[in-house]
Parts: sequence; structure tokens; C-alpha cells
Amino acid sequence: MRTCGATAGGPDLSGIDLSTQTIIQGVILRDGEGDGVPNGAPVGNAYVRLLDSTGEFTAEVPTNVDGQFRFFAAPGAWTLVILVSGAREERNVTAIKGNPVNLVIEI
Amino acid sequence: MSRETSLVSADWVAQNLNNPAVVLVEVDEDTWLYEQGHIEGAITFHWRDDLQDGLIRDLISKEKFEALLSKSGIGNDSTVVLYGGNNNWFATYAFWYFKIYGHGDVRLLDGGRKRWELDARPFVSAATARTATRYVAKERDNSIRAYRDEVIAAIGKSNIVDVRSPAEFSGELAAPAHLPQESGQIKGHIPTARNIPWSKAANEDGTFKSDAELKDLYVGAGVDLAKDTIAYCRIGERSAFSWFVLYELLSVSNVKNYDGSWTEYGSLVGVPVAIGA
Repeated sequence: MRTCGATAGGPDLSGIDLSTQTIIQGVILRDGEGDGVPNGAPVGNAYVRLLDSTGEFTAEVPTNVDGQFRFFAAPGAWTLVILVSGAREERNVTAIKGNPVNLVIEI
Repeated sequence: MSRETSLVSADWVAQNLNNPAVVLVEVDEDTWLYEQGHIEGAITFHWRDDLQDGLIRDLISKEKFEALLSKSGIGNDSTVVLYGGNNNWFATYAFWYFKIYGHGDVRLLDGGRKRWELDARPFVSAATARTATRYVAKERDNSIRAYRDEVIAAIGKSNIVDVRSPAEFSGELAAPAHLPQESGQIKGHIPTARNIPWSKAANEDGTFKSDAELKDLYVGAGVDLAKDTIAYCRIGERSAFSWFVLYELLSVSNVKNYDGSWTEYGSLVGVPVAIGA
């Protein structure tokens, strides 16, 4: 069961015009209790890569000190690739304008 | 103009941390990264505050470049090694800048910050102090810089390489997806440009692909290396990355970076624009 109440996902969305922007964001966390649940420490300076529906690279950001990242994408299917020293994760997401994708990813 | 003279590995940098002839310079898009941690002994240039004129849209003048390098403790005989975040985008932009002003020995750390971090190599947080020098730059070498009129003249004649993502090329996005989407420019690309995203030249860890893979990439996409080539992106830093690949790694001499790029071209009145893949 998720217990990370303070870390609901990516950065604060206030100030973002959700009527025009299609957001994919989230937070990268360690599996704190060894139970497969991402409730551990945030992973800063992870590299998050955004690939389009054909697998083509579109953008990359490092996570901030709170482990968070954000992309301004277009509606549709995307893949996230998360790189840290010694580990790699992938997630498939569908982005919708006005309704941010907000992920909590364990690594 | 070869991989041997323009690119160094993380191992090489680690072995030369105390080499007084080597000056490490970090150039990031996210300028807070340097303060958070950088390679021991590195100084930093701010891509906007240090490398943009600030009043007009242009490179800084020769005199300002000389002042920047002098106060940074870079000599004319220094081996400058550039690196940065974002797969070395702004580091390759700075590399191009050093070539514009004729610096003798400038190199790039293969993979930049990302490869260094993925290798779990150390960063330090203390800023580096260096003794000032009296740097003397050469006049600008405009043989590696394209301006808008020659870009328009190159349509249908020379190679034009759009190195942005497919979504920016087609007109779906106006800016890279880690930035808010702008509305100041028309969306699309320069007619007859081939879309060869900068990222296809790099491995996932930020290092460059092999020379054979790189040559296949450009030739396979229809670039005739015997013709003149102009690379562009949105503001000229990703295209500096692809310019580096063509000019330095593949030793193709007639390649220019159009640093006005889409933020200039997409604002011009009356020029032709294409959309779609």
C-alpha cells in the first residue's frame, strides 16, 4: 500500500496553463521498504528520456533534488526511460491535454 | 578535425584532473547543475549571461570573448575540455564558439555530465579559482556559421539538416518537450530539410556513436557529404551538437551551424515553410 502522501508525483502544477499544455510528469523514488512500493528517498539527477510512439527520442531531463521531472508533450502515446547509475526502467504512458499524467516510479 | 583531436573520454579527464595545461569548462542549459556539483577543477560558463550579447541577438564580440577567457584563466595555449548536461548540447555550442574565435586546442568530454554520473564518478561543489590570463582571440571564422539569407538560398540546393525531434520537424511541437510550448513562431521546418534528430548520433548514455554508424546515419538519410551542409534546430545548440558530429568526428569541412535556427526562420515574413514528416 502506498504511504508516500507528501510525494504525489511531479512538480507543483500551479502557474501551468493546462488548457494549452499536455503534461507528463512524475517522481522517481527508491523502493524504501523493500516491498516493491516506491516510498523511499527521491532520486535526484536521474535521467528521464521521453520517446515518441515510434521509439524516437524526443526530450530528456534530469530529475530535481526531490526526484521530480516534467515534460510538455503532445497528446498521444509516449515511453519514458529512466536512467540512473546501475539501473534502467521504462514506462508507457498516454498523454492528454488538460489532464496531466502524474507518475510515481520506483527504481 | 577528427575524433582523436576533438573528443576525450571520462578516463582521460580523470587522468588529467591535475594537468595544469587542461582547463575543464562546464556549460549547461540548467545552469544550477554546476553549483550542485561538477568535475573537480572545472569552471563554468553561463550559456546566456556569458555567451549571448544580451542586447542584440548575436554571439558576444571578440573583445568580450577575450575578456571572458582572460578572467576565467584560459590561455591561448590551454587545452580546453568542454562538457555539460543535456547530452552536451550547450557544451558543443560552446565548442563551436571556441572554433569561431579560433582557439587552438578545444575538446569535448564524450557523454558529458551524464556519462560521468552514470559511471558514479565524483563531483565537487566548491567553485574553482583560476589565475587570470591575457587571452587573444582571432577574428570570427564565419565559414562554420550560417546566416538566414544563405539558408534561404540553400533550399533545394545544399543539404539542410533539421536536427530537432520528429514532432518539432512535423509541426506538432514548437519547442523541445522539456520546455513550455511557444507560440511566437510558425511551426514546421525549412523546405527540403532532412530530419536527422541530433539524438540519433548519440547512445543512450550520451556518448557518440562510432564513426561508421554516424556516416551511415547521415548518408543513409540522403545527405550528400560532397555538398555544403547547414544544420539547424530551434536556437542553435542542438545543431551545434550535429555540427560537431559532421565537422569534427566525420571531418566534413563544409558544414555550418545556423544558430538563428527555427526561432529566427519561423519568425521571418514570407519565407517558405513545410509541415509534416
